[in-house]
Order: sequence, then structure tokens, then C-alpha cells
Amino acid sequence: MSAATFASIVAITLALTPSVLYATFGEIVGQRAGVVNLGIEGVMLIGASVGFATGIVTGNSYLGLLAGAGAGVAFNLLLALLVVGRGTNQLASGFALYFLGGGVSMLIGAKYVGRDLGGLDQISIPGLSGLPSPWDQIFRQDLLVWLMVPVAFALWWILFRTRWGLKLRAVGEDKNFSFAAGVHTRRVQCQALALAGGLYGLAGADLVLAYTKTWQDWGTAGRGFVAIAIVILALWHPVRAIFGALLFSAAVAVGIELQAQGSPISPFILDMLPYVVTIVVVLIWGRPKAFTVPAGLREVFAGTAK
Amino acid sequence: MSAIAAAVGFDGLGSWFDHHRRLTTALRWLGWATAGVLVYAVLILLYGKSPLHAFHEIWAHTLSSKFGLQDVAVRMTPLLFAALAVTIPARIGQVNVGGEGQIFAGGAGAAWVALTFTSWPAWLLLPAMAVGGMLGGGVWAGIAGFLKARGWLSEVFSTVLMNYIAILGVSALVFGPWRDPTSSNYPQSRELVPAARLPHVGASRVDITIFIALGLIVGFDWLLRRTRWGLEIRAIGGNPYAALRNGVPVSRYILAAMVIGGALAGLAGMGQLSALQFRLNPGLSASFGYMGFLISWLAGHNPRLIVPMTFLLAVLASSGDILQISQGLPSAIVTVLSATLMMIVLLARAGRRPA
Amino acid sequence: MSIAAAPSPVTASAQHATDPLLEARGISKRFGPLLAVDQADLALRPGVHALLGENGAGKSTLVKILYGYEQADAGEILLDGRSVQVRSPADARRLGIGLVFQQFTLIPALTVAENIALFLPDLPPVLDQQKIGRRIRELSERYGLAVDPARRVGTLSLPEQQRVEILRVLLAGARVLIFDEPTSTLPAQEVDALFDVFRRLRDDGYPILFITHKLPEVFALADTVTVMRRGAVVDTVAIAEVNEEQLVQMMFGETPATVHRGEVHPAGTTVLSLAGATCLGEGRPLVDLDLTIAAGEIVGVAGVAGNGQRELADAIVGVSRIKQGRRLLLGADASRWSVRRLRDAGVAYVPERALAEELIWNMTLEENVILGSPGRYSHLGGLTVDRRTLKEDFSGRMAALGLELPDASRRAGTLSGGNAQRFAVARELARDPKLLVALYPTRGLDVPTAAAVQELLLAARERGCGVLLVSQDLAELTTLSDRLLVMRDARIVADLNPRTADPYEIGALMTGGEA
Repeated sequence: MSAATFASIVAITLALTPSVLYATFGEIVGQRAGVVNLGIEGVMLIGASVGFATGIVTGNSYLGLLAGAGAGVAFNLLLALLVVGRGTNQLASGFALYFLGGGVSMLIGAKYVGRDLGGLDQISIPGLSGLPSPWDQIFRQDLLVWLMVPVAFALWWILFRTRWGLKLRAVGEDKNFSFAAGVHTRRVQCQALALAGGLYGLAGADLVLAYTKTWQDWGTAGRGFVAIAIVILALWHPVRAIFGALLFSAAVAVGIELQAQGSPISPFILDMLPYVVTIVVVLIWGRPKAFTVPAGLREVFAGTAK
Repeated sequence: MSAIAAAVGFDGLGSWFDHHRRLTTALRWLGWATAGVLVYAVLILLYGKSPLHAFHEIWAHTLSSKFGLQDVAVRMTPLLFAALAVTIPARIGQVNVGGEGQIFAGGAGAAWVALTFTSWPAWLLLPAMAVGGMLGGGVWAGIAGFLKARGWLSEVFSTVLMNYIAILGVSALVFGPWRDPTSSNYPQSRELVPAARLPHVGASRVDITIFIALGLIVGFDWLLRRTRWGLEIRAIGGNPYAALRNGVPVSRYILAAMVIGGALAGLAGMGQLSALQFRLNPGLSASFGYMGFLISWLAGHNPRLIVPMTFLLAVLASSGDILQISQGLPSAIVTVLSATLMMIVLLARAGRRPA
Repeated sequence: MSIAAAPSPVTASAQHATDPLLEARGISKRFGPLLAVDQADLALRPGVHALLGENGAGKSTLVKILYGYEQADAGEILLDGRSVQVRSPADARRLGIGLVFQQFTLIPALTVAENIALFLPDLPPVLDQQKIGRRIRELSERYGLAVDPARRVGTLSLPEQQRVEILRVLLAGARVLIFDEPTSTLPAQEVDALFDVFRRLRDDGYPILFITHKLPEVFALADTVTVMRRGAVVDTVAIAEVNEEQLVQMMFGETPATVHRGEVHPAGTTVLSLAGATCLGEGRPLVDLDLTIAAGEIVGVAGVAGNGQRELADAIVGVSRIKQGRRLLLGADASRWSVRRLRDAGVAYVPERALAEELIWNMTLEENVILGSPGRYSHLGGLTVDRRTLKEDFSGRMAALGLELPDASRRAGTLSGGNAQRFAVARELARDPKLLVALYPTRGLDVPTAAAVQELLLAARERGCGVLLVSQDLAELTTLSDRLLVMRDARIVADLNPRTADPYEIGALMTGGEA
């Protein structure tokens, strides 16, 4: 593999990662609070469609990001209404959210199909952009790429070093005991879902505003579901999630680069690669050790509880 | 209902509701239907059209015309299979979100049989295609079931990710080795031989697999209620930990349920291929798998409710197309409406449990 | 120090002089038809106060009311002489009432410090780990509650978890400490350590109330004792002024019935044998285990919970795989048999909470019976269900086991916990098993129900069934067993004669400590 190919793959990988990673961040927050969200894809699509529309209408992609994040917060609160407010089945509610989000995003995005926008600027780090080609392209990325690591650490700090984070984790482990300890479990879960929704919306908006720069129905291509798998791989830890997201994005990037170079392998097989890689990796490395799975989630997956 | 009545102060009315449970249930359904109609009306209004006009169109073209009802029946056929593909695993506590991929895998399996054994007569080819479809879908779902039965990966993730893999796989086949050389613009397989076409009911477009689906639904309902297997299925669904300790072979049931569910979804794929499309292409399924998931949840995973719920969603889908043609309304409205309906039903049901 | 040490040197007269810190007056509470607490009065002053009574006497309920977990139907609670409302545990904690339950309410995945922090009223938005750690260590040293703040609670032993619970209520600002059956999960040596903690707390002026039904503890530790029976307070006396017989009289009203054992059976043929078995299942693996159970004998298993007892049951019943070694059932090599095959060959199982672990709550009682013996009630490989045989069995064998169920078509979930347990035992015994594995079968049951279950176990033994009885109730084990095993760290460390074994020896074996 030539240096140019390698550098290109790395650059594309980095550019693609935020759209999966931020969604994973959101799901880590949500699951640690005891809620599984099968509808991340739907919230991402809402964030993407609202973000794209805002970006075109205002001409400012950063406003688009904000709008996408805000839309994600509002939409994810629907899940809060269902699951936290009324105690509906988490998996079914999440699925409904997925379908609803997809449908609404199609309605919103209909006007903007085929339109292009400039997208987020590429920001370079002063020292590193002076590198010789092809390496310089790696370090010319949009804002959300550079923010990935800081956000990961910020989330870690929130979860493990603040009172709110402690309450959130307690609720995700054992709602009853937390309640007995005086935690407002419903409030905490709603707050967690709001934060998660903002992250999902941001992820969706990033995909259309920083990468594709166009709108396409169902354009997130399953990233919302992949995020759930990466959460397992990351053992519910925000910093570890970076690696899982990078892996998925790298698989996508390899496919893109190979297609660009005219590889004889069917493009569809190449497109399959990320999903296969995700499943295989979670199978091999995703066995939760003791005390990593928030205990409150076990009921959700056992199918016996709501 | 009695809770609502009591809350409003009508305690006497509350107990009246308790006594007339059938009436209460009917009223509840009516309530949901009304809510659904209202939401549809609102959505139509948002696009500046008249709901009444729209509903009249829907009525005219779906429920009150022969063609309309046929269209609904045609749409129902794959949905019935897709719903069963979710219901059967759901009774064992498994969440099969992979109906879509299983339909495609089944379609691919059936297509392989049809494209390979082109000289076989229909009475041999069609059942073989059905087997191919069931194998394709069954194996596809079986992978997820196996991973779950061994405790390695929850079927929630595996089935949904495998959807994307299956759809891409069919595209790869249809753009590649199975490509029809005569239609270079449009990606599809070669056309199937006449022997590979499913017979229809009379002169309509409805094919005979609808009877198979209905029969299977009745059969499953009977199985659940009257046989020991059904008892064990309900036991696992109620409490898998206890079921295991009673000697129920839980892993075997999990695998079997997923395989059977996938096989049924595969049959839906075979049906679409063999009765309507006659070529394998990426448009094999119009989200039937996901709609099957919706239907099963709306039906509370009760086989007896699958048919009415499928009918409802088929009418909705049909209405979406009609309104798109006649009023220019985007068909995504139906998606929004279906999802909203599911949420309404989930909300309404959540308050009433824990029966 | 032993439990039978002399009572503590607090003068009774000095106590009467001070006003009570916490007082309950005329508390009553009804649950449906059951009057759980009947106009109870209780006054707590500095010192150790025991609340004594048999299971079901109302002690737990009264204390839950003091803690805000339940609301009294009548009566009032006074703190420092003023009437207060305790509507929730949070209220109670704010008022300075601290309660340590029998079942701990800690979150296993969080550390000691985090669990404690959740209870602290003055927690800042950003956690100061150092400060919390320091406060924990201060109190640990002061009262002898050694524990490492950074460890996850799930990795702690039960006595260590109890210390965390105590630290938690202390740091939450409790002025009054209440303990619900604090020694139920502790072996003998740990009980001494706990009582030492109580004494230090008492010396610091805390009023301590502890619930118990064990008389020796009362005499070892308490200054005052309140006896409850059937929801009512019988009397409150100073320890110095009362003896054991009088307390027993107060607890029971008459001499309590004891379970009649009958003659000791000579052991019959070997029913079950585990030879060098290594078993892998849901919990810890069991390595190289040897065990035999003969027909007509009850083999008791003592041990601190979590030392492999559940895994042992799983291994015998077939839920776990036997990776190495053998499992022999009536001489046949059953190492690879499934749960179903073992059950068909005569293995029966009664878990601790039948309703959650063995019965299916949303199926009827009839269906649960069918589920337990499918071979008997269905034919054609599962196609049909034989309702007639079922009805005959209900009116025949089940009734013979003392279980009257007029309506067998009600859902299992409608039974009370105690009745569900009895139903589960009867269901299994009606199958005429050769081997019965009973895992904590009487835990949490009131006295008459527990006695009924114990009678059923004895009846099984009479009929030649081999019984493995795992229990935390040492009295139950020593009364019912023919042989007593002790499990520790997933191994069987002793095989004793229950009649002659010394409780301290058993305790030492259970914990690996010194007698």
C-alpha cells in the first residue's frame, strides 16, 4: 500500500468518525442511565435533516450543527416520555422512534434533495498542516473531529467525577436502590436522554454537514445501530469508544478508497465490510467483564422486563 | 378505563366499566383508531390539503373498490409473513429486528433455485423455490439465533446489522454474477422462467401464498394455546430462568424460533420474487421487515391480532400511494403515521399492565 | 469473646432518667386483613435496645414505619419529644434516623465511596474523592469498621458490605441507629466483631435498636428489650430484670411447637454422586467436587451465601455443564444429561423464591404443574395436553401433601410468596422424586409456612427420597440434617455430624477464620 493510499484512508477515517462516535457517546450516557435506545438512527436522521435544512437556509453550517443538536434533544425526549414517563418497552419504543425519525426526516429533507452546501470548514492545526503531502490532509479536519477526544474526556469526567454522573450511574445500575437513596430517578434519566439526544443529533448533523454535504433519505446507513454495538465494545467507557468508532470508520474508509482506485471487488461487498467487522469485533472482544454492564440493562435484554 | 372514570370522580361508572369488559375493550380500540385518524388528518392538513377529501379518496380506492381491496390483499401477503417472523421469536422473548435482511436472504435463496433449475416444471420448481427461500431466511436468522443461544451476542444487534449486510449482498449478486446482461442500466437479475411464477387467486394479483400465511397464523395460535410446546414457549416468554430449571430446553427453542421466523420472512421474499417481480433486485422489499416488526408490536405479539393489524397497515400503505398520486402528498407521511400509531399503542398499553 | 458473655455494664437506672430520643406511640398498621402492628409503643434512649419476637411478630413493619418505608395507619412518631412526619426514607435520614436492612441496598458495581456518597446530604456537584475517603477512614477507625473506600462493593464479603451500610447511615448524619436482623448473614466470629462495633457506638451516645429473634444476642448485648408478639408489644423490660424463660413466654405465649424429627434413618442406596466434578455454569466454577447423597437422608449444606451453594444446586440439577469428572444418578452416568432428562429420572428442585425462580407467574397453577412434568401430562411428543390426569393428580397426590387448591386455574402470580413456596414444594414432591435439591427453601417465610415446608422435606425423606438442603438457618440445618456439609470458596470443606457439631466450629469452617 502506498503512502498516499494510507494517508488518504487515515484522513477519511478521521472525517467519518464523529458521525459514529458522538452517537456512541450519547448511547453510553443513555445506557449508563439504564435506557437502551434502538432508535438512535431516527434521532440522527432528524439531526441530519434539521441541520442540513438550517445550513442551507442560513448559509452557516455551524448554525446547522447547533440546530441539529437541538432537534436531537427534543426528539430524544420523546423516548423519555415513553420509557421513563410511562414505562413502555424500551426496545419497541426505540424502534418506533427510528421509524418516526426516518419518516419525519424524509419530510423535512424533501425540499433539499440534490442541493449542496459548503459544509463545515476544514481546520488545521498550525504546526501539522505544514507536513508534506500526502500527510497534510490527515490534519485538515472539521471542528467535530478535533473535539472528539476532548469531548470523550469531558464525558468521562461528568460520569465519574460529578454528583450528577454518580446519580446517573446509580440509576442505571439499580433504579430501586437509587430511589431509596433519595435520587430523583426519573429526572436524572430524562436529563441523560436529553444529553444523549443532543449528541445523536450532533452526530447526524456532522454526517451531512461535514462529510457528505448533501441530503439523502436514510443517509446514516445504520450508524445508529452500529453505535449500540460499539457501546458494548467500549465497555460503556467514552474514551474506549473512540477506538471502536475509528475501527468502523476505517472499514468504511478502506472501502471508499478501494472503490476510488477502481478495485475489482464489488462495491457492495466493500460496503458490507464495516458491518461485518463490527459484528466480528464485538463477538471477539465484546464479552463484558464483571461490573461493566450497567446492571439495570440486563432486564431489558433478557426480554422478561419492560 | 375504570381508572380514568374513577379519576374523574365517577366511581360508579368505573365499576360499570369493569363489568362490561368486552365493551371496554371495544371502546379502547375505538379510541386508538380515532387517535390514529386524527393524527393522519393533522399530517394531511400540514401539507395544505383537505383531510376529508383525502379520506374520501382513500375509501374510494382501497376499501370500496374491488381493485382497492385486491391491492390491500397483495400488500398484506408479505406483511403477514414478516409479522409472524417477529411474533414467533417474540413469544420466546427474542427481538427479531432482522426481518428485512431475512426477506432478502430468502429472496436470494429462491432466486438461486429459479435461476439454476430453469428446466424444472412448476410443480417441482415452486416448492423448491419455497424451500430455497426458507433456507435463505432461516439460515440468516439462524446465525443470529445461534449467537444468542450461546450467549455470545444479543439478537438485537446481530439481526439489525445483518439487515444491511443482506441488502448489500443482494445488490452485489444482482450487479455481479446474476446480472441480466440485457438491461445494463437497471440492476436486476435475469427474468425468471414462467415455471417459477406463483399462481394467483383467480384473476387478481393476489398470489396463493396468502393462504399459507393465514394458515400458519391459525396454526401458531393453536400451537400456543393447545400444545405442550406452546406451554413451554409461553414459559420461556414468561420467565426463562424458571423455564430452564423446569427442564425446558431454552437454547433449542431460541434457535428454533429464530430459524422458523427467518424462514417465514424468507418465504415473503420468495413470494415477492415469484408472484410480483419476477426478477431479483434491490427493491425486493419495501421495508416489509420493519413493518412486520411494527405489526407484531401493535398486535401485542398475539397471533389473533396479526391479521387485523396487517390489514390496517396495508390500508395505510395503500393510502400513502394513492394520496401521493392524487394529491401530491409525500408517501413518507405513512411512515410517520405508522410510527406514531405504534407509539400511541405503546403508551396506551403501558398504563394498563401488569397483567 | 463469645456470644454468651456477660451483659454490658450500663446501669439500668441511668437510662430511665433521660428522655427518649426517638419514640413511637400507638402505632398501628394493617395490610388488608392482617393487622401487622397493633398499637405499638417503643422508646429509644442512648444504649442498646433489642426488639425481640418471632418471624411475623411485626418488628420489621414497625421499624419500616419509623424509617418512612411504610406509613402507619394510626399513632405518632416523636423525635426529641416533638411529633414528626416520616413520609419516606429520605425524610427519616434527614431527621437523623438510620436503618440498616437485612438485605443490603448497596449497588455492587459502584465503589464503597460512591455508595456512601449517594447517601450524603451535603454532596457538592463536583465530587471530592479525597475528602470522602478521609471521612470514611475516620469513622472506620473510630468504630472498628475497616473497609477500603476504593473497592467495588460487589467484590466485598457480606460482613464488609454490612460495614459499608453502617458507615453509610453514620455519614448520612444518623443520630439513632436501627438494625434489622443484623446477624442473619454473619458467621459466629463476625457477630462478635459486630457487637464490638455496637458497643463503641453506644459508648459514643448513639441509641441503637436491633431486631432479632435470637435470645443469646439479646443477653449479650442489650440493655433493654421490647418483646413483640402478633403485632403487639408484650412488654419492655431492662435486661437485668428478666431471664430467658420469661422472654420465651413473652415471645410465644405458650411453649412453641418444635419440628418432630423422628428416628434417624440408616442411609440407603446412593442416589446421587459427584466424583471429581468440575462444573461450569452461570456463577463460579466448581472444581474437583466430591459429594454423595443417599436415599432417605437429608444432607445439609451450611455456608455463607455466595460460596458456591447455588452453583452446586445448578450442577446437580443439570443447569451447569460437567466439564470433568462425573455425575452419577442411581448408578447411571448422568454427566451429560440435560435438565429434562435428569428430571425425568427423578431429580426435583425447589429454589429459594419459587415465584421468581421456578414458577411462571403468568401461567396458571395447572400449567405450572404440566410444565414440571411434561412427560406425564402430554403425549405425542408434546402435541396434546392431558387435562384429565392433571385433575386427578390435583385432587389426589397434591391434596395428600396438604395442599388444598380450590382454584387451580388461577395464575401463579396471584399466590403469596409463602403459598407459592409450598405449592412449588408440593408440585415437586408429587412427582415422587428420588432426589430433591432444596436451595434456601424457607428463607423469608413466616414460622407456620416454614414449618410446613420443613414437614414436607421430612416426609420426602420418609418416602426414601434423598434431600440436599442448602440453608442459612443453622438451627434448621442441625435439626433436619442427617449429615452436615460446609461449603466455602466453592469447595466442600467439612462433613460433620449435625448432632454433635459445635456452632463455632461450623462458623470457623464457613469463614476460614479461627474458632
